[in-house]
Amino acid sequence: MGTDHEVAILGVGMHPWGKWGRNFVEYGVVAAQQALADAGLAWSDIEFVAGADTIRNGYPGYIAGATFSQALGWKGNRVASCYAACASGAQAINIARAQILAGLCDVALVIGADTTPKGFFAPVGGDRPDDPDWLRFRLLGATNPTYFGLYARRRMEQYGATTDDFARVRAKNSRHGASNPNARYPKVFSEADVLASPVVANPLTLLEICATSDGAAAIILTSKEFARTRSTNAVKIAAVSTVTPTYPQTVLELPGFATDAAVGLQSPDRPFRDAIAFAAYEEAGLGPEDLDMAEVYDLSSALELDWYENIGLCAEGEAEGLLRDGATEIGGRIPVNPSGGLACFGEAIPAQALAQVCELTWQIRGQATGRQVEGARVGITVNQGLFGHGSSVIVTA
Amino acid sequence: MADKTKVPAIEGWFTTDPENPALIGTQCASCSAIFFPRESSYCRNPDCQGREFVDIELSRTGTIWSFTDNRYQPPSPYVSPDPFVPYTIAAVELAAEQIVVLGQVVAGIDIEQLHAGMPVELVLGTLYEDDENEYLIWRWSPLNTSAATEMERS
Repeated sequence: MGTDHEVAILGVGMHPWGKWGRNFVEYGVVAAQQALADAGLAWSDIEFVAGADTIRNGYPGYIAGATFSQALGWKGNRVASCYAACASGAQAINIARAQILAGLCDVALVIGADTTPKGFFAPVGGDRPDDPDWLRFRLLGATNPTYFGLYARRRMEQYGATTDDFARVRAKNSRHGASNPNARYPKVFSEADVLASPVVANPLTLLEICATSDGAAAIILTSKEFARTRSTNAVKIAAVSTVTPTYPQTVLELPGFATDAAVGLQSPDRPFRDAIAFAAYEEAGLGPEDLDMAEVYDLSSALELDWYENIGLCAEGEAEGLLRDGATEIGGRIPVNPSGGLACFGEAIPAQALAQVCELTWQIRGQATGRQVEGARVGITVNQGLFGHGSSVIVTA
Repeated sequence: MADKTKVPAIEGWFTTDPENPALIGTQCASCSAIFFPRESSYCRNPDCQGREFVDIELSRTGTIWSFTDNRYQPPSPYVSPDPFVPYTIAAVELAAEQIVVLGQVVAGIDIEQLHAGMPVELVLGTLYEDDENEYLIWRWSPLNTSAATEMERS
């Protein structure tokens, strides 16, 4: 595969993350208009809209492609809407990319926005004892931070990670995000601040667990031919991975009660999180050694360390060493989460995978003021969500 | 309280034998794959199209894979005592089935008392109650810490 599958990112835009309490569509319109302006295009130029859905904002959220098209003004463009938990934005990118590569359109808007409730993410309402997401709250009281706590403690037990390591991740990301105009928490925290914050799910403190946020992100994707008529150096998408896990899934995953039972079965070649990135590397014909930066899904401080290994920045058990060496800080060998990550943003689910791609685009263009990774030309995004969803996007100069 | 009927908080997921309770999984009659929570409609092994399953009891003991606690009240549908009581959750590896199963840890165990690899057994405890019933759920109890185990069983 490789270069034949490239599409161009001609414009990106975001509505700042926060807890603004307004309708998600408003945020999406702001992000879309910013992305159009960034691309030097008008809404009338958009032939296809791929919307990443939100499941917490009623019917308009389930049909995001149409909802945003109507808000920007019905004009007969084609639409698609998709939901894939935290990977929704990347699946929307993939839908638009397929349309472009198939020659069905040249210019597409990919868009996601959310308005979130306060506090823990709760299951969708009603009495639904056949929904694992409902049952895990009912029977176990297992919130999302419960799973993050289990993963974090596993690193401590298996690799000797410490709470100081986890705090160091959070402090690093706070320094990265402090000057990001779209971050919800642009504030520098020391390791001591992080450790002094109340424990939510041992060993993780409140500052180490991703919040739920409002926000929106939009990307204008075009064919490379179209991009050449507008720009001499448009950033490109070299790969989009949206693979499922492979049975038996032997790593505990949200919102499950258990792993698959692996007795008598051959385990998959690589665990799910590794497989997400591997598929992207394979499609792009690139590897971890080619990266200048990564945006990974730090739902918790400790989870960022898991990702270092999952995307091949180091071998299993070596993530703490990479962190302690400063390699993943801006200025280090392979900066991770130059945007500040989820730590500084909180999670606006359908917009988050798009926001990761926006950040890599600004970095490669040299527009990431105050958090620029010098000479950045290749970056990877990766994330994982409920029910076997995950995605990875490779962005190149 | 003694008059309340003890009923499982969910039907068909575990036996209510007070001495030797066990999780109930299902096994595909075609490929022998084991599923917990129970799967009885279609086999999720990609190499199998089995549609018939038999119930099996999973191992009652395992070792801790990881653990955490919950210091803040979860949202509904968790039925919380008032005031909220924090609890510990463990992910436990059952060797014979090669499966990791979540469960709350019995009350009275501090997180400092747990470590990966620690042997635990399955016991039953009360998840919540209403005017008529006590709703039972499985819990993990460290072996050889008899005090906490007895408290949970009494």
